[in-house]
This record gives sequence, C-alpha cells and structure tokens, in this order.
Amino acid sequence: MYGSGILKGLGVTFRHLITTFIDDIQWLGRKRDVDVFQQKQSLANRGLVTVEYPDEKLAVPERFRFTPFLITYNQDDPDYPGKDWCTSCGICAKVCPPQCIWIVRGTDPKTGRPKPEPEQFYIDIDICMNCGYCAEYCPFDAIKMDHNYELASYERTSAHIHDKARLSREIRYWQSIAPTIAAEEEAARGGYDHTDVQKARKKAGLEPSRPGPYAAKPAEPEPAPAAVAVAEPPAAAAPQIEASKTESAPAPKAEATPPASAADGETPPHPGWVKRGKRWIDPNAKVEPVRRKGKGE
Amino acid sequence: MSNGEINLRDLQHPDIPVPEEMQSNIAVTSLSSLYNWARSRSIWPMLFGLACCAIEMIATAASRFDLARFGMEVMRASPRQADLMIVSGTVTKKMVVPIVRLYNQMPEPKYVLAMGACASGGGPFKEGYNVVSGIDKYIPVDVYVPGCPPTPQALLYGLIALQKKIERQSLGVGASVPWYGGGPSEEVPIPILGPDIIDPRHAELLRKEAQKNRPTPTVSEALAESAQPESA
Amino acid sequence: MTDQVLPQVTDLPSTIAALKERFPNAVKDDTRNGYEGVIVDAASLPDFARVIRDEYGFNYLSSLTAVDYLGHGDHLEVVYHAFRVPSGGKPLVFKAQTDRQDAVIPSLVSIYPGADFQEREAYDLYGIHFAGHPNLKRILLWEGFEGHPMRKDYHEAYYEQETKPFDTRWPGGHVFRGEEYNPFGHNVRYPAGFTLDDYKPQSEADFQQSMALGVDIMGDPAFRTDRLVVNLGPHHPSTHGVFRMMVALTGETIESLEPVMGYLHRNHEKIGERNTWYGNMPFTDRLDYICSMCNNLAYAITVEQMMGGQVSVPYRAEVIRVLMAELTRITNHLWSIGFLLNDLGAFFTPALYAIQTREYILDFFEATAGSRMMCNYMRIGGVFKDLPQRIRSEAALINDRVRDMDTLEYLEQLINDRLPRSIDELDELLSESEIIKSRCIGVGLLPAEMAIAYSASGPLLRASGVPYDIRRANPYSIYPELEFDICTRPNGDIYDRYYLRLDEMRQSVRILKQILPRLKDTQGQPIFGGKTSYSIKVPAGEAYGFAENPKGELGFYLVSMGGGNPWRYHVRAPSFINLTPLGEMCKGHKVADVVAVLGSIDIVLGETDR
Repeated sequence: MYGSGILKGLGVTFRHLITTFIDDIQWLGRKRDVDVFQQKQSLANRGLVTVEYPDEKLAVPERFRFTPFLITYNQDDPDYPGKDWCTSCGICAKVCPPQCIWIVRGTDPKTGRPKPEPEQFYIDIDICMNCGYCAEYCPFDAIKMDHNYELASYERTSAHIHDKARLSREIRYWQSIAPTIAAEEEAARGGYDHTDVQKARKKAGLEPSRPGPYAAKPAEPEPAPAAVAVAEPPAAAAPQIEASKTESAPAPKAEATPPASAADGETPPHPGWVKRGKRWIDPNAKVEPVRRKGKGE
Repeated sequence: MSNGEINLRDLQHPDIPVPEEMQSNIAVTSLSSLYNWARSRSIWPMLFGLACCAIEMIATAASRFDLARFGMEVMRASPRQADLMIVSGTVTKKMVVPIVRLYNQMPEPKYVLAMGACASGGGPFKEGYNVVSGIDKYIPVDVYVPGCPPTPQALLYGLIALQKKIERQSLGVGASVPWYGGGPSEEVPIPILGPDIIDPRHAELLRKEAQKNRPTPTVSEALAESAQPESA
Repeated sequence: MTDQVLPQVTDLPSTIAALKERFPNAVKDDTRNGYEGVIVDAASLPDFARVIRDEYGFNYLSSLTAVDYLGHGDHLEVVYHAFRVPSGGKPLVFKAQTDRQDAVIPSLVSIYPGADFQEREAYDLYGIHFAGHPNLKRILLWEGFEGHPMRKDYHEAYYEQETKPFDTRWPGGHVFRGEEYNPFGHNVRYPAGFTLDDYKPQSEADFQQSMALGVDIMGDPAFRTDRLVVNLGPHHPSTHGVFRMMVALTGETIESLEPVMGYLHRNHEKIGERNTWYGNMPFTDRLDYICSMCNNLAYAITVEQMMGGQVSVPYRAEVIRVLMAELTRITNHLWSIGFLLNDLGAFFTPALYAIQTREYILDFFEATAGSRMMCNYMRIGGVFKDLPQRIRSEAALINDRVRDMDTLEYLEQLINDRLPRSIDELDELLSESEIIKSRCIGVGLLPAEMAIAYSASGPLLRASGVPYDIRRANPYSIYPELEFDICTRPNGDIYDRYYLRLDEMRQSVRILKQILPRLKDTQGQPIFGGKTSYSIKVPAGEAYGFAENPKGELGFYLVSMGGGNPWRYHVRAPSFINLTPLGEMCKGHKVADVVAVLGSIDIVLGETDR
C-alpha cells in the first residue's frame, strides 16, 4: 500500500514519544536523583536523555582534557608549601603542536645558573588545542589537563593568556578530579612526592617519599562537598555516589598498586586528621580549590 | 572578575549600569528587565557552522543537551531572523568576507558568540596564511568560549553567560549598548580579498606601510627588529 | 563493471620493468634513498598515463600532489599514485619533475578526470601550470592572492621558524601574540608598495564569468530568459559547512554546477610541514572532524611504514585501533544519514535519533581518549592508553552528576544491543518511506565507470557497484583476520548511498562483535611498541599510507628528510576528491536535488579544504 512506509516511520517517532512519557511518569518527583540520572544516561535508556545542564551536569571522565594546568604542592603542606612541580625542563613547550606554551626558566639570583623552577609560565588558550601532549610527555607529572570547561569570558585579551598564578593548582585538586590516574602516577613515582624531592630527601637521608596527605585513592574529601553542593537532597546524593564508588572500587584498585602509605598504620599523617574509610582526611581542610565559581548556590 | 573569568554572581551586583535619567523611572526600568528577560530567553541563533565546533554546536542543539530549554532551538538560516551569531570554528580570510556581510544583515539587537579557540583567537591554525586570528578583529564579540572544541556543556555555559549579559542591558537613552542609544548604527566595512585580506578600516595604515616599500614583516623579522635596539 | 583485460604481468616490479622497456628514455627508476616508483619525463607523461590506464589496468588515479624540493635539487615534483580498481594491490607511483621558475607539467585530466581538482590545488598552492587543464584556476585561495603558499620560500605573516619547536618558547619564553608584531594586528602580509588606492578586486560578475557559467544576470538589464545562476553557500543550511555551489539553471533544471571551495582552507599542510611528526597527530583530528580516530589511524600507519622496523605495533593495539575505527565508521554513517534526511527536508528528527546514538559512542571515546571529537588517540607504534577499567567520572563542578560503568560491559551492551537496535530503528524509520524513495531513487546517478574515472572512493564508489574497499584491497591492521563483506549497491543513486551506509554500519557491528573476544583475550598486553621519546626522527624517504575512512580513501603522502619534521605532508582527502563528479551528478536534475546529492556524497569541509 502506498504510504505504508511513511506510516511505519511515523510509528517509530510515535514510539519515541510514548517511551519518553513513560520514563517521565516513572521518574515523577525523582527527576533530579543521581540514580535516575545514571539510568537516563545509560545504554538501556529508551526515553528521555536530556541533561538539564546548569541544574545537573554530566561529569566528565577522568581522562577528559580541556585546558592545561600546573601542579604545585598543597598550600598546607608542612615541608614544601605551594612548591611548583614544574622543573622548567621545557618538554611541554617543545612537544606542544601549536606552540602555545611559553616558559621562562628560573635562574638562581646568587649564582646566575638556571634552576629547576619556572619563573614564568604562560599558556595562550586561544591557541591551545587541548591535545594533552604536554601532560602525556611531562616527566614530572607537573602539568595536567583540567576538567573545568566553564571558562567563557566577556573579553579575551587578558583572560585568555593564563599565567603561572592562574595555571597553578594544588595537587589535591588533581587527586580529586582524577583519583585513579593520580594514584597510578603516584605508584609510578614511587611515592607521593615529586621525583626530584624524593631524590633530595634520599640524599639528605630521609625517607624518600612522605605518605601523602591524600595518598590513598579515590580522594574523598573533594567530590563529597561537591556532591553535597547539589542543591536538593544532599543526604540522598552523597550516599549514592558513595555506593557507586564502593561498587566500582575493586577494579581500579587492583589496577593501581596502592601506595605504600596507604597500608602503614594508624598514626595520622598530620595531627588532628581523622580516618574515614581507608583515607585520612583533615576535617578542617579548606577544600575551596575544587569549588568553582559558578551558577547555582 | 579576577582573571576575566565570569563569575555569574557578579552580574547580579546591585550596581548594574543604570543610566542616571533612568534611575527615577521605575516603569521603564522594570519594563527593561521584563523586556530583557523575554529577549534573553528567546535568542534565535543563526544556523551557521564553520568547522569542527559546529558539530559540537549541533550536538548541543540535539536531544541530549537540548538548546530548546533556553528558547534557542529555532536556528534561523537567514541572518535577518537571527539574534545571535555563533561563530563556530576557524575563520578563514576567504570566509570572513561573508561573515561580516552576514553580521551586517542581522537586525539589531544582535550578539556574537565566538565558539572555540579558533574563533576567539585563531586557535591551533593561527599561524596559517589563510586564517584570521580571531573574529573579533572584524566584528564585535560578546562572549568567548574557549576550548578546542568546547564541549556542549561549555557552549551552554557561554550561552548562559550571554543571557546574563543581555539581562544587564538597559532600554534607556544613552544605554550601555549601541542599539538603544538612538540613531542608526554603522555597518562594519566588508573586507576585501586582495593580495591578502584587506580591512578597509586600515586603508590609512596600509598607505603608510606601503611607503616603506617593503613587504609586511613576518613575526620572526619583527622579533629580530625589536631585539636589535636592546642589544645596541 | 570494468571488464578490462589486464595484462599478463600483474605484479608491480614486472610492470615497472615492462614500462621502462616501453619508454626507454622517458621512464627511469626513482633511485633516491627511501623513494619508490618511477620518474617520468614530463613530455611523455600523458602517453605514459594512457598506457598504464589502458594496458596495465591502473584505472584509478588516487592521489596527485606536488612537492617543493627547494635546497634538495631545487625542482618541483608532481607525484601520482595510481591503483587498479577493484582488484586492489599496491599503487604504481610515478613522478614528473619541473623547474621552480617556470613550472609546467602536462595535465592528466583528459585521461583521469579525477585529477581535475587535485591539479588545480597543485596550481593554487605550488604554482605549477598544468598544460591542457580545461579550467586551471585557484581552488582553495582566491584569484588575486599573492604567491603560492606551499612553496618552501613562502613565509606567512606569523612565520617564526622553519620547524617547530620554536626557539622563542623556552627557556626565555615571554609570551607574545603574533598580531602584536604585525603592523596591522592581523595575520596579513602585503607585497612591497601595495596600497588600496589602485587595487580593483575581482567582482562577483567577474567571478561568475570565470566559472564559465555563461550567464551574468547581474550585468545584463535586458536579460529575459529563464536561465539564471543561483548561488548556494558558503552560508547555507544544507551545504554541510562552508561550501559554495554556483548552479546555472534553465527553469529549475540544472545545466551546470561549479563547486567553489576554500572557505575552510586552514593551511593544514603548511602547518603540517612545520610540525613535528607527533605534532601532526592532533591536527589530523581536525581534518575530518567527525572521524578523528580513523584519521589518526591512517596517519599512524603511514609514519609506521616510514619507520620500518623501528616500531612494531602490538596485537592489542591493533585490536583497539580497529575497535575505534569501526565505532568511528558507525558515528560517521549515523551522522551522514541523519543529515542527508535534513537535506531532504525531514528536519532534525532522524538526525536527533542518529546523534543520540552517536553520543553513546562519544561517551566511550571521551572516557578512553579524553575528548569527544578530537581524540588524538593513536600513537606511532600503538595507542595512547589502554581502555580504562571503568567509564567513570568524578564530580568536580557544582551539580556534577557522576556515572560509573564497566568499560567492557558497556562495550558489550553497546555493540550487541544498542547499536543494532538504533540501526534497525533508522532502517524502519526511513528505508521504506515513500517520500524518501521518490526523492532519492534515480537521482544523482554515478555510473561505475564514471566513479572510477573520477577517483571517487568509499561509499560513493561502492554504491555505484564497485566492490573496492581498502580494508580488503590493501589490508592494514588486523582486518585480514576479520570477517566482513564489502557492501555494494547496484545503481549509484542517492538511495543506494543511503542504504549502503546502513549496510556498512551493520558490517561494522559484525566486525565489532569479533573484536570483543579479542579485547578480552588480550587484556593486560602491551599497547605501545614505538619510541617513547617526545620527538622522533623518521628516516629519509617517502611513503603513501592510506586507509578506508568512513568517507573514502584517506591517504597521507609524507616525505622525510631524516629530521624531526616532515618535508612534505600531503593529505589525500576523500571529501575533496569525491566532490569532483558533483557537477556531473547534478546535471539534469532539479535545483532542490543539489543539496540531497551533496548530502549523499557526505563531505566534511575540514577535510575538503584542509
């Protein structure tokens, strides 16, 4: 019959319409729940798929790359507060395909010899192509790709060249946005500390690497407040993430050898820290770095 | 507004630029906000894709991220029906001519969003001989969305930033935007394809440079020149 | 189909020997280290081409490009790669050399119509005059542009150094923007003494004249017939980007069509010659930006070919590469079907369904490679990283919602359930629709002989009934051990191209189902067998590497001088060459069919214009 093909096609669109409403009714009142979201974004879903962006955001995977940033020691680190991880070796600047990285190598004011620290570090994000080579080839894990894509600005002349101050983030930020990768890297380094610091400590006869404050992996303190920041049911949202994490835990854990510090014992790495699960966390720690200026209170 | 990054909360600051003569006129200011509210929630973008970013723009318009939630799903193919030009991708010298023409054809009030590194500042292709280093060299840009390409969510963030910007604008005389200031606004002169692209606004400068009777220096030549006085 | 009688000698060395005998003075071996093929005397090039086409069966001129050997012999060289289609096998490489000052090479358009755009490109970028070309004009740049930019002595405004990395970046790298050093603040470079005063740019009327469309309705007030020229693009909803077509119409019927391109010419090849070997990988993402994984793969296998024994790709890496390539093929075909329907007027619904399915694949790409579109995943000698154990995200922004899925389970569900379901759904939605049938069947015909002559590739070629698929004709990676069919369709119209893409997606799913057990078996095996250094050197020589991209044959012609950067980096872009027969395909149809024909070719401008 002429026209049956069109009717068949219209049947498909009608089916889509119906399934969408079935889902909607099924999730009535729970639309913003994390489990509903996960179901909505899974392969099994047949109906509604929309991520209602500013109210719920599709979190990006750990390997996601946007603009680069530089890693420093935490500001509250007892031994090396805020020390740069970058040694200004220049590999990122050399490997960068569009050449968007500028580095001024630091010099020792006394001797005038170059020292392993960048004096200036610029990235022109109007040139950066987010390829991730800088992070991939950095031998010191000092430059990483950020997950923050909310960078829109009203002018670019000053905002789009990121200088060292703008680029630097504490290592706990990296541990919070990519815990699995951070743990893998830590295992490869042989400890929490920067490889050069480890060498120096060894020379000084100290333990090469200190147990990192967030050494044990998945770094909890960061995501938790972010999840709590989800407006509606903090109590519901947080445990949900918690639960999914414990489910997920075995696989990545087996992959990444837990750093030595994770196992060793009951003394807190810093006085006053409390143990939550397998991790030591500072109950008073300011976790601002991960919080972003953004919409929604 | 440190680092030029947008803090959307800043925009709701009490001292939104309200012209003096408007401040006592409550009727017009609330009309202004009502008008802006309506406007910012029905921005019709131009159906206009340039390069890679256009694919992410289409993905943004599709069901998963759904521009319709912002009243922006009506992509207009004609510039005469569009409020917003999303410059989504690398702008080449050959293409900048039609882009400026399209911009001139858009009715006011009109907005431009530079999507991605290329539209903002040339991007990875900036060094190329046929690439414009940023569309803002030719037409005014309201919001820049960095990224290569920006993810759909990054674009949405930029669009929300644009909405906030529109909400700040005032209808009054002498307002912060040209189209409420009274009088017709000027068209952007359309570039000419010559031996290289020619911006008519640079005619004087071009003549002055031509008197030196040397080809325009490349960056490496200019760098070498600028280094000389220091060493001398 | 081609029923040509192929000569007795079919293997490449004996063919070359026979050709040298046939042209004793004009053909000689290319004896440079690392080079292959023969150098043909420019004067006898047309005779040579006719003989290899008619007598030796090299009926398909795949790639034509030029190389500037400034400082290495100071000549320009045009390189041709000819294949036998559909029987396959290695290409016959032949070259012709000419002087840099007065570069003339005979045109091969009369023998291989597919050389048309490629010769124009070589003329545009290198200034080589192809004697006998019917329409030798600039193709990517505009008439009046100063110089031929791909020549090695052409320096653009932001030129810093011959090769990357630039010295200004480290150790004394104070940031600057290129425009700060240009008096105009733009990326421009005018010749000495140029002013605007006496310059007359090409007008639209001149432009139409130069397109040989014959009619200039703008200039003729007494114009009284039905015949007119319609301009589609570069800003047009259905040109799939910034593509322009000038159509001469009689009434509504198309008399002739001239494509105008270059609106997205972003100097990929010039930048590619400056980049390091690795630096080009993320740039290949931006060629055909819907299929970045396949572009990565083609580039990686080309460089691996040049590196020879220095790299060996581990088995698991090959498995992952095929996984990625086939998933990419599905995303591309989904996209292309969705937008073909847009072009036909079924605005957005089929595209929405297609994009939704594509998103699931992009989720996997994002978790594995780090980016939805610009994957930059392949490396020379393997891949970037193994698949993650889990596709999981971490909340970083306010209101972030996390997900956590096992990668293999996700892939299994995707391949065994979701993708076949989506493909069947598209099939059900579209294939039998009477509107689609009446718009598509018999429109945009491309007969098999013409498809081969015009160097069409990929679905465009196979929909015309030519069973030529590089995955079988010139196998790479682990395709030889995988079972799949080369899909063909008999008629070569829009409907066949649409249906062929559905079929190909099903074949891709079939391949993916064979990949899954291999992924499980090879878990934990190495994924990289190349050099770990950030800057690799490639031995001197040339290579032409090619792969079956979703849009057709993507080839890379690379020349190395032994350093850390390519001397020549040419992309044989399927979208570009598939456009060559567009004018012929549209002739005689109605103006409304133009966008549908264009949509069925499936082009991406990033690759067309590069």
